[in-house]
Amino acid sequence: MEITEKKIRFPMTEQEARTLRAGDYVYISGNVYVARDAAHARMQEALDRGDALPFDVKDNAVYYMGPSPARPGQVIGSAGPTTAGRMDKYAPRLIELGLRAMLGKGRRTDEVKEAARRCGCVYLATVGGAGALIAKCIKSSRVIAYEELGAEAVLEMTVEDLPAVVVLDCVGGDLYETEPAKYAR
Amino acid sequence: MRTVRAQDVTQAVCEMCQEANLTLTQDMQQALRDAAAKEESALGKRVLGQLEENLRIAEEECIPICQDTGMAVLFVTLGQEVYVDGSLEDALQEGVRRGYVEGYLRKSVVGDPLLRVNTKDNTPAVIYYEVVPGDVLEISFEPKGAGSENMSRVFMLKPAQGAEGVKDAIVQAAIDAGPNACPPMVLGVGIGGTFEKSALLAKKALLREAGSHSPLPHIAAMEEEVLERINRSGIGPGGLGGTVTALAVNIETYATHIACLPVAVNICCHATRHRTRRL
Ligand code: SF4
Repeated sequence: MEITEKKIRFPMTEQEARTLRAGDYVYISGNVYVARDAAHARMQEALDRGDALPFDVKDNAVYYMGPSPARPGQVIGSAGPTTAGRMDKYAPRLIELGLRAMLGKGRRTDEVKEAARRCGCVYLATVGGAGALIAKCIKSSRVIAYEELGAEAVLEMTVEDLPAVVVLDCVGGDLYETEPAKYAR
Repeated sequence: MRTVRAQDVTQAVCEMCQEANLTLTQDMQQALRDAAAKEESALGKRVLGQLEENLRIAEEECIPICQDTGMAVLFVTLGQEVYVDGSLEDALQEGVRRGYVEGYLRKSVVGDPLLRVNTKDNTPAVIYYEVVPGDVLEISFEPKGAGSENMSRVFMLKPAQGAEGVKDAIVQAAIDAGPNACPPMVLGVGIGGTFEKSALLAKKALLREAGSHSPLPHIAAMEEEVLERINRSGIGPGGLGGTVTALAVNIETYATHIACLPVAVNICCHATRHRTRRL
């Protein structure tokens, strides 16, 4: 397979997200928000109450991640993806609010795939367990909500050329299905 | 009787927590290099290249290999002729506490599985003791990440399912784990014993050197066959397709009941981290 490389930036329009294809190797720059299990549960509660979310999801990317603590002088500690499937319960609602991309690792449910296709959201896999390498692409990071959750707080990060692969695109492509099939024997 | 100071136990555990999370053992590093040479998929090769680069950065810049620095699992082999001058349990837990706090490792433990409040120092660790003759005190530390742990399984097979059933179960567990377990994976497998014994063997099997084989010929052959079958699945590095899905399948066995054939598969990732020390 030829690897197609693209540089992308968040926030991103729906139109641009729809041009990405499963298998594209992307370098992500710009703004990325971080939220994992406990933060998603809280965001869901906020929506149920009719409150605002800690950040506007529209056109933005959320990274499923919980970093290790930064040593003095470091921007962040190790910062690889966590298993996205645990956020499947919450994702469709955020996608419908205009979430443009999800960054994580692992398989997603059909409900998430359907919502993503319909609303123009992509799922990007960062390399699981490459937390030190990914940390080097994070240029700034600050807690913007739920500080008491520690490693599960919501962060706003600026990233530069963070490598990822498009797994789910908006036209039904699913790299976790198609690529392994080519090597199965 | 040989006396071991509790504070030395704490110090050893504290150091192991940090070392294991910053560098892989040589055998694991070699296994990843071999995988990169063997991988046929361009994307798979790229993922493996990133993992090697990740290891270099982790070591040079003191950033944990993976942000999930795990729940601490300790295996303690305690000789009957060893006297520890304090609470061994407390000394071990204190070592984990200090290792995670001083080492800037992530605190990933909640004190109650349902109330889910973080204990903020990664304790308690999960500790297994084995009492043996002599005056040895050996401690192994294994930080276990949740992504792969959550894909682990115990199968209570019927004896009639035999070796074929066992192999199918292991392969199925690996395929189901797929991209969630950060492949290339390492599989710890326990066959026999009781329900929980098989799981314990599986966990312990993850401590084995990558590339080593069971001394039992029929089990060594099974390890090779299962590894090959998993690698034929096509899942590949990162689950993005390829010919290297697992680095090793380590199988441990134990006697079992006439009516039982338990098979536990503890899935671990390319960040299969551990350290062992004798005091
Ligand atoms: S499965 Fe392993 S490599 Fe992947 S995130 Fe968890 S601990 Fe890290």
